[in-house]
Amino acid sequence: MAKRARFVVAAAVVTLLLVLPLLLPGPVPLHIMIMTFNFALLGVGWNIMGGYAGMFSFGQAAFFGIGAYASSWLLTAHGVNPWLGLLVGGVLAAVTAAAIGWPCSKLRGHYFAIASIAFAEIVRIHFNNWKLVGAAEGLTIPMAEPGLLNFQFHGSKAPYYYIALAFLAVGLMVSRWVATSRAGFYFRAIKESHELAMVLGISFVRYRMLATMLAAFLSAAAGTFYAQYILYLDPESVIILPISVQVVLVSMLGGAGTIFGPVVGAAILVPISEITRVELGHRGTGVDMMVYGALIWLISVYQPRGVWGFLSSLGRRKAPAPTAAPAPEARP
Amino acid sequence: MSEQLIQQFINGLLIGCVYALIAIGLTLIWGVMNIVNFAHGDFLMLSMYISFWSYTLWGIDPVLAIPICAVLLFALGLLVYKFAVSKVMNGPMLAQVVVTFGVSIFIANAAVLVWTPDFRLIDKPLLAGTWNFGSVQVSIPKLVASAGSVLVTGALLLFLNRTRTGKAILATEMNRDSALLMGVNTDRVNALSFGIGAGLVGVAGAFLSMYYYIYPQVGGMFGTISFCIVALGGFGSISGAFIAGLLVGLVQTLGGYFFDPAYKYAIVFGLYLVIVWIRPQGLRGW
Repeated sequence: MAKRARFVVAAAVVTLLLVLPLLLPGPVPLHIMIMTFNFALLGVGWNIMGGYAGMFSFGQAAFFGIGAYASSWLLTAHGVNPWLGLLVGGVLAAVTAAAIGWPCSKLRGHYFAIASIAFAEIVRIHFNNWKLVGAAEGLTIPMAEPGLLNFQFHGSKAPYYYIALAFLAVGLMVSRWVATSRAGFYFRAIKESHELAMVLGISFVRYRMLATMLAAFLSAAAGTFYAQYILYLDPESVIILPISVQVVLVSMLGGAGTIFGPVVGAAILVPISEITRVELGHRGTGVDMMVYGALIWLISVYQPRGVWGFLSSLGRRKAPAPTAAPAPEARP
Repeated sequence: MSEQLIQQFINGLLIGCVYALIAIGLTLIWGVMNIVNFAHGDFLMLSMYISFWSYTLWGIDPVLAIPICAVLLFALGLLVYKFAVSKVMNGPMLAQVVVTFGVSIFIANAAVLVWTPDFRLIDKPLLAGTWNFGSVQVSIPKLVASAGSVLVTGALLLFLNRTRTGKAILATEMNRDSALLMGVNTDRVNALSFGIGAGLVGVAGAFLSMYYYIYPQVGGMFGTISFCIVALGGFGSISGAFIAGLLVGLVQTLGGYFFDPAYKYAIVFGLYLVIVWIRPQGLRGW
């Protein structure tokens, strides 16, 4: 019964998401949805390393940037198709993640968080000075024939909406695989206790790196999507701490360590930050970001376990009642 | 050539002392309550603005504004502790990490709102000019800032080791539960350490305002560098933070001199990653 109800809800949500572009008035709500999906994907990636494996990275913007830059540079300098660039960027980000993840594999908690900030800062400074990829001026992606093959659409944002949704669906499948696979259980064991995991014979270096690489690949895919969507990128718009922080917040608000948590978090946080930016940020007064900062503060204090965690704990508390009722009948 | 090198070395030590003072405030907070104050750089920025406005509105020189900055930042620290940090002390670790990020974004953008993003500078501070030794120049405000930072660090160590309150802070840092059993009011110690940590960065801000540009985002890079210094020295270690502060100052200026000034911060962060790779607990951590 409960399973069937869940199926009905899921089918309704999917149908709604598929027809939504036809119902939304104008490009702005569609833009907000696209950004929501993209941040949800980043959050899903972060959640694999942060939520499941317990590595609180505040440097995901680095991988976002590597993905965005890899595909954009390959396209502008060598005319490589962005879909191929997406794969190259993803692999490059995963390799970078392995290279940085290995020395950082001994670090925990705040040490890891600060190392990730330091790493992302190095990447940011480097891209700001790297002439090959346009340094501080960034890269502009040339207009091409619109279509799925070229990953560019000019008339409507709807195709971007569906691609972002598809990316998110793939990300969720990866996340689901992580949550239910042996590796996923190892991740959680490592999160609970390094020592215990080690005693059980889990190579925590290997599994921590696996989590980091998966997260980096998904972040890079989000980066390529962003570059193809905006058609322009520079270091100060993709590799910055506020993006890394928002990725963490999306996961935390929704519920770190749950599959749908980052999606719920993004669905709440991204529209708020986009709308406050449009409504309050038009004179560069900083009010939009003040609201955002205050929101983070309130979430940490009042909803630190996330909305999804809160909702499912409600569901769990209600769940025993129907299962307990039939039990006495079964006895005689 | 060699004189230029000496010049860079001196500059590195001078900025390193101020870094150390900023980082010591942070490490005290970490040591006592296992929390990284990500708003630390923004505290620094506020203190610089306090000094700037004291000078602009009332003609109070930055040197005389030091106690004003220290007291106001101490009060701000108490407020942030009471309304943000103390609320997550028993919450999940992620909330502890994130809460001060929220405070940081709030403070930095409140500064944009109130004071605009313009760059400001205190134009005629009491302390100005340079001393020349041959071709090596030592800026007087920087020298005073560094000497002051060393003095304040010394005063903090005296306070921690010689007074009852200071010893209570150290005891809480060593073992919270035991300190509680010995009758230390650990909640008060938390608030006090957060206040003192903020007060220290307030003093550093007053020093920096004598010669550094003042703008809402000024805390960003100082903050990030001070996190590295604290982790480099070993979280909670005051002597470690001091040594690491000097080291980072030297690496930054010498790295900029030998390689590329645009990469001076990247070199600091790179050094940090190398050191924590070899010694994850930091130079003087355990």
